[in-house]
Amino acid sequence: MPVQARMEISWDLLLNAITAGLLLGGFYAAVTAGISISFGMLDIVNIAHPAFVILGSYLAYFININFGVDPIIVSILMLPFFYALGTLVYQVYYLSFERRGQESLRGLAFFFGLLFVTEVTLILVFGVDYRYVEAAYIGPSIHIGIVDLPLRMLVPCLVALALFSAIQLVITRTFTGRAIMAVSQDQLALQLMAVDPIRIKRIAFGLSIATAAVAGALLIIIQPVEPSVGREYIGRVFAICVLGGLGSMPGTLIAALLLGVVESITATFYGPSWAPAVAFGFLLLTLAFRPAGLLGR
Amino acid sequence: MGTIKFSLIAIAIGALFMAFAHWFQVDYLFFACYTILQFIVLATAWNILGGYCGYVNFGSAAFFAMGAYSSVALHKFDPQSFELCFTDSTCMTFHFLDWAFPLPIPVLIVISGIVSGIAGFGMGYLTLRLRGSFFAIATLALAVVLQTLVVNWDFVGGSRGAYIIRPDNLEFAGIQINYIEYLFALMLLLTVIALNTARIIERSQLGFGFATIRDDELAAEACGVPTLRLKLIATTLSGAFMGMAGAPFPYYIGYLQPASAFGLEYAVNSIAMPMIGGTTSWIGPLVGAVLLGSAQQYATVTISSAVNLLIVGLMLVAFVIIAPNGLVGLVQDRLRRRRS
Amino acid sequence: MTALLHVDNISKRFGGFVALDGIELEVTPGERLGLIGPNGSGKSTLVNCICGTLQNETGSVVFDGQAIDGLAAHERTHRGVARSFQLPRPFHSMSLADNLRIPLLYTVRAREGMLHAHSDLEGRCHELLDMVGLLKKAKQMPRDLTQVEMRKLELARAVAAEPKLLIADESMAGLSHSEIEDILALLVQLNERGITIILIEHIMSAVMSFSQRLAVLVSGKKIADGKPEDVVRDPEVVRAYLGQ
Repeated sequence: MPVQARMEISWDLLLNAITAGLLLGGFYAAVTAGISISFGMLDIVNIAHPAFVILGSYLAYFININFGVDPIIVSILMLPFFYALGTLVYQVYYLSFERRGQESLRGLAFFFGLLFVTEVTLILVFGVDYRYVEAAYIGPSIHIGIVDLPLRMLVPCLVALALFSAIQLVITRTFTGRAIMAVSQDQLALQLMAVDPIRIKRIAFGLSIATAAVAGALLIIIQPVEPSVGREYIGRVFAICVLGGLGSMPGTLIAALLLGVVESITATFYGPSWAPAVAFGFLLLTLAFRPAGLLGR
Repeated sequence: MGTIKFSLIAIAIGALFMAFAHWFQVDYLFFACYTILQFIVLATAWNILGGYCGYVNFGSAAFFAMGAYSSVALHKFDPQSFELCFTDSTCMTFHFLDWAFPLPIPVLIVISGIVSGIAGFGMGYLTLRLRGSFFAIATLALAVVLQTLVVNWDFVGGSRGAYIIRPDNLEFAGIQINYIEYLFALMLLLTVIALNTARIIERSQLGFGFATIRDDELAAEACGVPTLRLKLIATTLSGAFMGMAGAPFPYYIGYLQPASAFGLEYAVNSIAMPMIGGTTSWIGPLVGAVLLGSAQQYATVTISSAVNLLIVGLMLVAFVIIAPNGLVGLVQDRLRRRRS
Repeated sequence: MTALLHVDNISKRFGGFVALDGIELEVTPGERLGLIGPNGSGKSTLVNCICGTLQNETGSVVFDGQAIDGLAAHERTHRGVARSFQLPRPFHSMSLADNLRIPLLYTVRAREGMLHAHSDLEGRCHELLDMVGLLKKAKQMPRDLTQVEMRKLELARAVAAEPKLLIADESMAGLSHSEIEDILALLVQLNERGITIILIEHIMSAVMSFSQRLAVLVSGKKIADGKPEDVVRDPEVVRAYLGQ
């Protein structure tokens, strides 16, 4: 094939890959927002976070299939339940580990166990078949020139960005939000201001799990879901969090978009079987060479 | 109890068991117990880094699979047809290795140990200077990266997997030994070596140093403990043993697939067994592996493998919350209370 | 006399925050130096940079005639720098005697390259525990100790490494008057044996009675360095730290 023609085809593919990557990255940012809070600010390595996301996906699926409710609406209705779940998990975590000062080994094992139990329970209840939801915007696409914008990716991306902005606003503008930032920096000072740091951390963790509800619904709109999909996201989520600089929301967004684009280009030009390695490879490289992240703290 | 006495007792128990199973021609016992021995090695290996040093490795499956796939790669390597070409005309052949191939399993085990040990060292070197939580996440990442590489490597079968035909018998000094029993014997030897290594470390200055890393790494450094060096020793040993446990696996199972080699049950079990058994001593992983391993063998056969994994996960969470020092810890507490 | 420790114009920042700004400090062998300053002035950061827990960005730390920048903390301990932590950090899974055995094994033995017999180590541990009055609790665990006892253990562990320079980081915070006297007496005793000591404290009476020389750190800068009675009358020091 003449070089000229090959270049033209690549252009088209490349632009679409980048666009898809950006849309995907926006979604990744929403998934990572929870980890930015729990790991970036509270220093809790909640590797079970993707399991909660998948749980959100399955709940959205269940209600969508049986009652025909739009998955995004479902997730918003589920926010209080996931919030409560998050506070419960934190309470157990705090009483069992943080208070005893054993968070490193045991805390990690605890969350790993949670991840595992959630995944296996979902397998037992729903089986290993892929599940997907039905909604009006899954299917049609908008075309701008040679670029395709599938609505099933555009809508989640927009919702994700909205969620992300909402969290950023809560963190920076509300008293509780600023208390959360404070607790990550100086717990003692917070206590001296008569604010109970444990309560703040509980709220923060609840918040992080609540985001998983929405992220889960968005996930199952973008792609079909089966229980082990969560595991792929562990690396992605932590890669983005570390790359973006722990606890920095703007950094997380940039890192998420970057990762989305690189993954998308890799999948388009080298095949989708290489895509999981991209995020994890990024993570390893970041940890090895620039653990403070791109925007470093 | 000295190392030699311990080893002899362990081998004697194993030999008795083998004789029993051999006499009654119960092949299934060999299969089941091979798996348990494998888990003892994995749990012990995990514990060297996790229990002694306090650094959690979620990627046990990666090291195990590295061992398994080293075996597969070397099994498929045919010195008669393989050529390494540097340019179109200069190629290197390997006929001089004809006599050595196919490699006997003990050699494969050693090679797997070296490969996995180097991987453990490499990964440690990249990530051990960071906090323990970063290390843990990095191990997860490694497992997935490795799995992706293997899935895309056609030489070892990629995602389709690889078949390894297990011979029925092995001829040794004129005697025909049943291959399953041979694999079992090798795994038994490996288990004894692993347990001994853990015991020796525990009682040595090295083990002491490991404990300081677990207790308070900053204070350890201030006391003159070369923490990075010790952690690298731990990751290398840990990775090496996990790889060695994986080396005979393809022969045991006959068909190796990335999904099974990198399966999550290896990661979960190698963490759950030491944590349930007890992480501060070599006995913990042994107890955990025997109990949990047997329970799982039973459950897989009677209920289903998914439920069995669920039980393992629940037990892990429960033990981590209620009995952080595991079964061994509970026993030690009981003894201490009785003493005072 | 050449300085044992020469902190040569070191700086350290955390992101946008300047913790240390061109600190210049010298300690002569056998000296008792006091280091004071308000909270957040950079005292702990300075200690961390000297001991290797943190690395200074500019300047150099010279110990015993050799630059030790870039060396890991354990290597600096091997060379003779020891510190006690502000919040005691014992090895909680080991007995007191075992806590002391660690620096003996990993620093003293490593340094001298000699193989001490097991009983030698045992004897030395007991000697050190006796020095701080904890001999009776040799087999107990750190969680059974009181605050004072943990501070003493912390000091004993630092001394076990047979340092040339000992940095005592706020070992007396929250202690009663007699407890402070105990620790001071211990530090003086160690100094008489030849160990150079940097005492970081907020308790002015202790600092004044102990120090031969006094340095003051405020907002990452050294604002005074001289004889204690002169420094406490320095108007800048009074304004920044001591108050009217």
